[in-house]
Amino acid sequence: MVKAIVGFLSGIVFGLGLVLSGMSNPAKVLNFLDIFGTFDPSLIFVMAGAILIVFAGYKLILKRKHPVFAQVFQIPTRKDLDKNLILGAAFFGIGWGIGGFCPGPAISSLLLGSEGIIYFFPAMLVGLTLTKIIKA
Amino acid sequence: MTDFTPVASLIGGLLIGFSALMVMFFHGRIAGISGILSRLLPPWYGMGGVLWRVAFLIGIVVSPFIYQMVTGSAVSQSVSNDKVTMILAGLCVGFGTGIGSGCTSGHGVCGISRLSLRSIVATITFMAFGIITVYIIRHIIGGSA
Repeated sequence: MVKAIVGFLSGIVFGLGLVLSGMSNPAKVLNFLDIFGTFDPSLIFVMAGAILIVFAGYKLILKRKHPVFAQVFQIPTRKDLDKNLILGAAFFGIGWGIGGFCPGPAISSLLLGSEGIIYFFPAMLVGLTLTKIIKA
Repeated sequence: MTDFTPVASLIGGLLIGFSALMVMFFHGRIAGISGILSRLLPPWYGMGGVLWRVAFLIGIVVSPFIYQMVTGSAVSQSVSNDKVTMILAGLCVGFGTGIGSGCTSGHGVCGISRLSLRSIVATITFMAFGIITVYIIRHIIGGSA
Protein backbone atom coordinates (compact mmCIF):
# COMPACT_ATOMS: atom_id res chain seq x y z
CA MET A 1 0.00 0.00 0.00
CA VAL A 2 2.82 2.38 0.90
CA LYS A 3 4.48 1.54 -2.42
CA ALA A 4 1.28 2.42 -4.24
CA ILE A 5 0.92 5.74 -2.42
CA VAL A 6 4.53 6.72 -3.07
CA GLY A 7 4.16 5.62 -6.69
CA PHE A 8 0.98 7.65 -7.05
CA LEU A 9 2.61 10.77 -5.55
CA SER A 10 5.67 10.37 -7.82
CA GLY A 11 3.33 10.11 -10.79
CA ILE A 12 1.51 13.28 -9.76
CA VAL A 13 4.81 15.19 -9.47
CA PHE A 14 5.86 13.86 -12.88
CA GLY A 15 2.54 14.83 -14.46
CA LEU A 16 2.51 18.28 -12.89
CA GLY A 17 5.97 18.77 -14.39
CA LEU A 18 4.68 17.76 -17.82
CA VAL A 19 1.71 20.13 -17.60
CA LEU A 20 3.56 23.11 -16.11
CA SER A 21 6.44 22.78 -18.56
CA GLY A 22 4.15 22.71 -21.60
CA MET A 23 5.50 19.31 -22.62
CA SER A 24 1.95 17.91 -22.41
CA ASN A 25 0.82 20.20 -25.25
CA PRO A 26 1.65 18.65 -28.64
CA ALA A 27 1.57 22.08 -30.29
CA LYS A 28 4.44 23.20 -28.07
CA VAL A 29 6.43 20.03 -28.76
CA LEU A 30 5.93 20.35 -32.52
CA ASN A 31 7.04 24.00 -32.38
CA PHE A 32 10.12 22.93 -30.45
CA LEU A 33 10.93 20.49 -33.25
CA ASP A 34 10.14 23.12 -35.92
CA ILE A 35 13.52 24.83 -35.70
CA PHE A 36 13.18 26.27 -39.23
CA GLY A 37 9.66 27.57 -38.59
CA THR A 38 7.70 28.63 -35.51
CA PHE A 39 10.48 27.50 -33.18
CA ASP A 40 9.63 27.48 -29.46
CA PRO A 41 12.79 26.68 -27.45
CA SER A 42 10.90 26.15 -24.16
CA LEU A 43 11.49 22.43 -24.10
CA ILE A 44 15.24 22.94 -23.92
CA PHE A 45 14.53 24.38 -20.46
CA VAL A 46 12.45 21.32 -19.53
CA MET A 47 15.32 19.02 -20.44
CA ALA A 48 17.87 21.28 -18.73
CA GLY A 49 15.89 21.45 -15.49
CA ALA A 50 15.23 17.73 -15.41
CA ILE A 51 18.77 16.67 -16.29
CA LEU A 52 20.29 19.12 -13.81
CA ILE A 53 18.40 17.78 -10.82
CA VAL A 54 18.65 14.11 -11.83
CA PHE A 55 22.39 14.37 -12.52
CA ALA A 56 22.99 15.78 -9.02
CA GLY A 57 20.34 13.68 -7.28
CA TYR A 58 21.40 10.30 -8.71
CA LYS A 59 24.92 10.84 -7.36
CA LEU A 60 23.55 11.30 -3.85
CA ILE A 61 20.95 8.53 -4.03
CA LEU A 62 23.27 5.92 -5.52
CA LYS A 63 25.65 6.33 -2.57
CA ARG A 64 22.99 4.61 -0.46
CA LYS A 65 23.16 0.85 0.05
CA HIS A 66 19.80 0.13 -1.53
CA PRO A 67 16.50 1.83 -2.44
CA VAL A 68 13.77 2.06 0.21
CA PHE A 69 11.50 -0.61 -1.29
CA ALA A 70 14.01 -2.90 -3.01
CA GLN A 71 17.26 -4.77 -2.42
CA VAL A 72 19.25 -3.22 -5.26
CA PHE A 73 19.37 -0.24 -7.60
CA GLN A 74 18.59 -1.48 -11.11
CA ILE A 75 20.68 0.67 -13.40
CA PRO A 76 21.03 -0.26 -17.10
CA THR A 77 24.53 -1.55 -17.75
CA ARG A 78 24.65 -1.91 -21.54
CA LYS A 79 27.17 0.27 -23.34
CA ASP A 80 26.96 -1.03 -26.93
CA LEU A 81 25.17 0.90 -29.64
CA ASP A 82 23.06 -1.72 -31.37
CA LYS A 83 20.78 -1.56 -34.39
CA ASN A 84 17.59 -1.70 -32.31
CA LEU A 85 18.56 1.34 -30.26
CA ILE A 86 19.10 3.51 -33.33
CA LEU A 87 16.18 2.10 -35.32
CA GLY A 88 13.87 2.45 -32.33
CA ALA A 89 14.94 6.04 -31.60
CA ALA A 90 14.44 6.91 -35.28
CA PHE A 91 10.90 5.48 -35.31
CA PHE A 92 10.13 7.21 -32.03
CA GLY A 93 11.38 10.54 -33.43
CA ILE A 94 9.20 10.15 -36.53
CA GLY A 95 6.12 9.39 -34.42
CA TRP A 96 6.94 12.27 -32.06
CA GLY A 97 7.24 14.61 -35.02
CA ILE A 98 3.95 13.45 -36.51
CA GLY A 99 1.76 13.62 -33.39
CA GLY A 100 3.68 15.76 -30.90
CA PHE A 101 3.17 13.14 -28.18
CA CYS A 102 5.77 11.09 -26.41
CA PRO A 103 4.62 8.43 -23.88
CA GLY A 104 4.44 10.62 -20.72
CA PRO A 105 2.35 13.44 -22.20
CA ALA A 106 0.13 10.88 -23.93
CA ILE A 107 -0.72 9.43 -20.51
CA SER A 108 -1.31 12.85 -18.94
CA SER A 109 -3.66 13.65 -21.85
CA LEU A 110 -5.85 10.58 -21.45
CA LEU A 111 -8.74 12.34 -19.69
CA LEU A 112 -8.28 15.82 -21.17
CA GLY A 113 -10.87 15.18 -23.86
CA SER A 114 -8.97 15.58 -27.12
CA GLU A 115 -10.04 13.40 -30.03
CA GLY A 116 -6.47 12.71 -31.13
CA ILE A 117 -5.44 10.92 -27.95
CA ILE A 118 -8.24 8.38 -28.49
CA TYR A 119 -6.44 7.28 -31.67
CA PHE A 120 -2.89 7.80 -30.47
CA PHE A 121 -2.90 5.97 -27.14
CA PRO A 122 -4.23 2.53 -28.20
CA ALA A 123 -1.92 2.62 -31.24
CA MET A 124 1.02 3.32 -28.95
CA LEU A 125 0.06 0.37 -26.74
CA VAL A 126 -0.14 -1.86 -29.83
CA GLY A 127 3.34 -0.72 -30.88
CA LEU A 128 4.80 -1.34 -27.41
CA THR A 129 3.15 -4.76 -27.12
CA LEU A 130 4.41 -5.77 -30.57
CA THR A 131 8.01 -4.97 -29.63
CA LYS A 132 7.64 -6.80 -26.34
CA ILE A 133 6.53 -9.90 -28.26
CA ILE A 134 9.35 -9.50 -30.79
CA LYS A 135 11.94 -9.06 -28.04
CA ALA A 136 10.64 -12.02 -26.00
CA MET B 1 2.78 29.88 -32.48
CA THR B 2 3.16 28.94 -28.83
CA ASP B 3 4.53 31.26 -26.15
CA PHE B 4 8.15 30.92 -25.08
CA THR B 5 7.91 29.93 -21.40
CA PRO B 6 11.44 29.45 -20.06
CA VAL B 7 10.62 29.80 -16.34
CA ALA B 8 7.53 27.55 -16.28
CA SER B 9 9.35 25.02 -18.46
CA LEU B 10 12.42 25.04 -16.22
CA ILE B 11 10.30 24.53 -13.08
CA GLY B 12 8.31 21.81 -14.89
CA GLY B 13 11.58 20.13 -15.82
CA LEU B 14 12.75 20.26 -12.21
CA LEU B 15 9.49 18.58 -11.14
CA ILE B 16 9.93 15.83 -13.74
CA GLY B 17 13.49 15.35 -12.51
CA PHE B 18 12.39 15.30 -8.87
CA SER B 19 9.86 12.60 -9.69
CA ALA B 20 12.61 10.55 -11.37
CA LEU B 21 14.65 10.91 -8.18
CA MET B 22 11.70 9.66 -6.11
CA VAL B 23 11.46 6.58 -8.33
CA MET B 24 15.18 5.87 -7.92
CA PHE B 25 15.20 6.60 -4.18
CA PHE B 26 12.20 4.39 -3.38
CA HIS B 27 12.18 1.75 -6.10
CA GLY B 28 15.75 1.81 -7.42
CA ARG B 29 14.48 2.19 -10.96
CA ILE B 30 14.92 4.48 -13.95
CA ALA B 31 11.78 6.61 -14.41
CA GLY B 32 11.24 5.76 -18.05
CA ILE B 33 7.59 6.07 -18.98
CA SER B 34 7.71 3.74 -21.98
CA GLY B 35 9.45 1.13 -19.82
CA ILE B 36 6.97 1.48 -16.96
CA LEU B 37 4.06 1.24 -19.39
CA SER B 38 5.59 -1.66 -21.31
CA ARG B 39 6.00 -3.64 -18.11
CA LEU B 40 2.21 -3.58 -17.69
CA LEU B 41 1.50 -4.83 -21.21
CA PRO B 42 1.43 -8.46 -22.40
CA PRO B 43 3.24 -10.83 -22.49
CA TRP B 44 3.24 -10.76 -18.67
CA TYR B 45 5.98 -12.22 -16.50
CA GLY B 46 4.60 -12.19 -12.96
CA MET B 47 3.04 -9.47 -10.84
CA GLY B 48 6.19 -8.09 -9.19
CA GLY B 49 6.38 -4.29 -9.27
CA VAL B 50 3.01 -3.92 -10.98
CA LEU B 51 1.27 -2.03 -8.17
CA TRP B 52 3.58 1.00 -7.91
CA ARG B 53 3.79 1.25 -11.70
CA VAL B 54 0.00 1.34 -12.05
CA ALA B 55 -0.21 3.90 -9.22
CA PHE B 56 2.51 6.01 -10.88
CA LEU B 57 0.68 6.07 -14.21
CA ILE B 58 -2.64 6.91 -12.52
CA GLY B 59 -0.83 9.79 -10.80
CA ILE B 60 0.18 11.12 -14.23
CA VAL B 61 -3.38 10.74 -15.54
CA VAL B 62 -4.94 12.75 -12.67
CA SER B 63 -2.17 15.37 -12.45
CA PRO B 64 -3.72 17.81 -14.98
CA PHE B 65 -6.83 17.99 -12.79
CA ILE B 66 -4.74 18.71 -9.70
CA TYR B 67 -2.99 21.42 -11.71
CA GLN B 68 -6.37 22.90 -12.62
CA MET B 69 -7.58 22.81 -9.01
CA VAL B 70 -4.41 24.45 -7.67
CA THR B 71 -3.90 27.11 -10.33
CA GLY B 72 -7.53 27.62 -11.37
CA SER B 73 -6.46 27.63 -15.00
CA ALA B 74 -7.35 24.95 -17.53
CA VAL B 75 -4.68 22.82 -19.21
CA SER B 76 -4.61 23.99 -22.80
CA GLN B 77 -3.80 21.51 -25.53
CA SER B 78 -3.79 21.54 -29.27
CA VAL B 79 -3.94 18.01 -30.63
CA SER B 80 -4.45 16.85 -34.21
CA ASN B 81 -7.80 15.06 -34.56
CA ASP B 82 -6.87 13.30 -37.78
CA LYS B 83 -7.42 9.60 -37.20
CA VAL B 84 -4.82 8.22 -39.62
CA THR B 85 -2.18 10.74 -38.51
CA MET B 86 -2.59 9.99 -34.83
CA ILE B 87 -2.75 6.20 -35.24
CA LEU B 88 0.42 6.30 -37.33
CA ALA B 89 2.09 8.54 -34.72
CA GLY B 90 1.05 6.23 -31.89
CA LEU B 91 2.32 3.11 -33.67
CA CYS B 92 5.69 4.76 -34.39
CA VAL B 93 6.08 6.02 -30.80
CA GLY B 94 5.08 2.67 -29.26
CA PHE B 95 7.19 0.57 -31.63
CA GLY B 96 10.14 2.96 -31.52
CA THR B 97 10.33 3.37 -27.74
CA GLY B 98 9.80 -0.38 -27.39
CA ILE B 99 12.67 -1.58 -29.55
CA GLY B 100 14.78 1.47 -28.68
CA SER B 101 14.33 0.71 -24.95
CA GLY B 102 13.29 4.20 -23.91
CA CYS B 103 11.70 7.54 -24.61
CA THR B 104 12.14 11.18 -23.63
CA SER B 105 12.19 10.33 -19.91
CA GLY B 106 14.21 7.11 -19.84
CA HIS B 107 16.83 8.10 -22.41
CA GLY B 108 16.43 11.88 -22.57
CA VAL B 109 16.33 12.67 -18.86
CA CYS B 110 17.52 9.69 -16.80
CA GLY B 111 19.99 8.31 -19.35
CA ILE B 112 21.68 11.60 -20.19
CA SER B 113 21.93 12.35 -16.45
CA ARG B 114 23.85 9.08 -16.04
CA LEU B 115 26.02 10.09 -19.01
CA SER B 116 24.98 6.85 -20.75
CA LEU B 117 26.34 6.73 -24.29
CA ARG B 118 23.35 4.69 -25.48
CA SER B 119 20.90 7.26 -24.13
CA ILE B 120 22.84 10.22 -25.52
CA VAL B 121 22.91 8.61 -28.98
CA ALA B 122 19.22 7.65 -28.72
CA THR B 123 18.23 11.19 -27.68
CA ILE B 124 20.19 12.82 -30.49
CA THR B 125 18.61 10.33 -32.90
CA PHE B 126 14.98 10.86 -31.87
CA MET B 127 15.43 14.64 -31.68
CA ALA B 128 16.97 14.65 -35.16
CA PHE B 129 14.24 12.46 -36.63
CA GLY B 130 11.59 14.56 -34.89
CA ILE B 131 13.03 17.73 -36.41
CA ILE B 132 13.30 16.15 -39.88
CA THR B 133 9.73 14.82 -39.66
CA VAL B 134 8.28 18.20 -38.65
CA TYR B 135 10.32 19.87 -41.38
CA ILE B 136 8.96 17.50 -44.03
CA ILE B 137 5.36 17.78 -42.82
CA ARG B 138 5.30 21.56 -42.34
CA HIS B 139 7.73 22.92 -44.89
CA ILE B 140 7.88 20.36 -47.72
CA ILE B 141 4.40 18.84 -47.74
CA GLY B 142 3.00 22.01 -46.15
CA GLY B 143 0.40 20.19 -44.08
CA SER B 144 -0.76 21.01 -40.58
CA ALA B 145 1.15 24.10 -39.45
